Amino acid sequence: MTAIKSQLSHPYHYPDEFGHFGPYGGRFVAETLMAPIDELTTAYAQCITDPAFIAEFDDELRNYVGRPSPLYYAKRWSERLGGAKIYLKREDLNHTGAHKINNTVGQALLARRMGKKRVIAETGAGQHGVATATVAARYGMECVVYMGEEDIHRQAMNVFRMKLLGATVVPVTAGSKTLKDALNEAMRDWVTNVDSTFYIIGTVAGPHPYPAMVRDFQAIIGREARDQVLAQEGRLPDALVACVGGGSNAIGLFYPFIEDTSVQLYGVEAAGLGIATGQHAATLCAGKSGVLHGNRTYLIEDQDGQIIPTHSISAGLDYPGVGPEHAWLKDTGRANYVAISDDEALAAFHDLTRTEGIIPALESSHALAYATKLAPTMRKNQLLVVNLSGRGDKDIHTVAEREGITL
Amino acid sequence: MSRINTRFTELGKTGRKALIPYVTAGDPDPQLTVPLLHALVEAGANILEIGVPFSDPMAEGPVIQRAMERALAQKVTLSQVLTMVRTFRQKDMTTPIVLMGYLNPIEVMGYPEFATAASQAGVDGVLIVDMPPEEATALLSETHKYQLDMIFLVSPTTTDHRIQRIAAACGGFVYYVSLKGITGAANLDTELVQRRVRHIKSMVSLPVGVGFGIADAASAQAVSQVADAVVVGSALVKQIEANQHDAVAMTQAVTRLIKGMRTAMDTPMAASRVAGV
Repeated sequence: MTAIKSQLSHPYHYPDEFGHFGPYGGRFVAETLMAPIDELTTAYAQCITDPAFIAEFDDELRNYVGRPSPLYYAKRWSERLGGAKIYLKREDLNHTGAHKINNTVGQALLARRMGKKRVIAETGAGQHGVATATVAARYGMECVVYMGEEDIHRQAMNVFRMKLLGATVVPVTAGSKTLKDALNEAMRDWVTNVDSTFYIIGTVAGPHPYPAMVRDFQAIIGREARDQVLAQEGRLPDALVACVGGGSNAIGLFYPFIEDTSVQLYGVEAAGLGIATGQHAATLCAGKSGVLHGNRTYLIEDQDGQIIPTHSISAGLDYPGVGPEHAWLKDTGRANYVAISDDEALAAFHDLTRTEGIIPALESSHALAYATKLAPTMRKNQLLVVNLSGRGDKDIHTVAEREGITL
Repeated sequence: MSRINTRFTELGKTGRKALIPYVTAGDPDPQLTVPLLHALVEAGANILEIGVPFSDPMAEGPVIQRAMERALAQKVTLSQVLTMVRTFRQKDMTTPIVLMGYLNPIEVMGYPEFATAASQAGVDGVLIVDMPPEEATALLSETHKYQLDMIFLVSPTTTDHRIQRIAAACGGFVYYVSLKGITGAANLDTELVQRRVRHIKSMVSLPVGVGFGIADAASAQAVSQVADAVVVGSALVKQIEANQHDAVAMTQAVTRLIKGMRTAMDTPMAASRVAGV
């Protein structure tokens, strides 16, 4: 705890005005994007202090997204694991089936205020693409989603959902044909169409103000969870667990608890086939500092600074970077980062499905798998909150295929 | 005085403008890069811009992306690029060399290590696409020690306030990105570029180079009416790509392109038969 006190400022007021979380974050973009990023920063600063904007955002979250999402006591699962009482924050029950919609609603409202009629997005698993296509339909905006060709094959159902919603899905064939390449391509679109276009980034990465802005829109998760656990248990939880790809659901849950230093924070990365195999996406556990996609953060890179393709069974965690705030929370010791393999995540997927009647997303299954390790080490009167960031319907083909079942 | 300043001063004496071809180091083959650089100088290049391959070149169009992928397929590293520069310097001590790339390979090498190695190899300028001056303080303090010019970009969206800030951090020349968009786009409005360059020149004392979208002799000539330097990238890399399996044909193709641009730039616009660019 001393390390935290000496490095993290109290009260916690990151990032600074240039978007820095300690050495991380910042704005590492081509000059053409500096003006639109400045414009966005100004517009966002105005909106978050404007009661009318906040009221509009809250109203959309309540009536369109379906918030608040329940904080559900997973009694049978907790008893079977034989340790802490486990609560699940049910982001899977949101409209479109994941936490991603909280952020896309916020950014689309902001885009509308800025007079932008065209929105673009990158997507990995397709959840952020669907959430963006959804709000674009809701607010009558043109929508283009960039998606790696590899991911398009893995997530055919989400591709079709986006098309139904009126979005154009552009396959990205460069590089590793996954999320990082989709992000590169979205940046290229943005730099070409800066006047008309708002880039809705789906995670807490990218140039300032994105990491802070996406966090602020996702912080509804943690604010609700904090109120709910206080109402249901009369005290704060002992630990929070959330999966980390870029890290938006984790920051959304963690942020309102950051100054509650009695609450342990666990971010769970994808160990894929195992960190030792090199086939993983455990950026904070196995990567090192570098600059990619507009910010300084931990990266999975080779000794020459080239970005290495990652692997995870879950497309949403398959990203070689991570949000800069997570990098800072790791270095300061405020949060712990661990990794869960494909097999462990799959086991937790089945376990929760059979025990609680909830089919979790493979991303969220990484958090659940870590909870199965952590809960038994805790006392029965301790409280553990796991972010169930999305539902698993989109993943049933992946699970079936992996188990040799033809649907 | 850096080699870049010297070169602009020399050109200024005869009223000529700098022609700056861009090639990606190691494309199509690491063995061909140094001979290609000499051929470009022979054809009329005044400054050379060498791309350092990066896995995620966010500001590049498909042509330069593919060039970087070809180089990376042969595992070309930043250290090897510096070795290529050192080899080039064995025969050419006067042509300025600018490295163009993305920050991460330099971050991983380390700023002091990079500045020392680049200077020793004979690099004169460094242009990092994804590093605006706001994030460049630490690297600038290293490059200053070795008289390396840090070249920054100015874009069509850059405000006057930022132009001044960029000019204050910039060495060698200011690089005006003539288009919103990525490299290799093809809708250059040369009249608009000329107006904008005149405006930038009214604010900064450094020479102003123009890049992005200059594809042929006509656009090079039109832009050189007002700019101090013309950068040709994707149009040149296209020739390299088209002739990647035939080194002789490749040299001929790039020589033809550069010579054509050189001639057009050295020909007064009024006497030119190229009209309506």
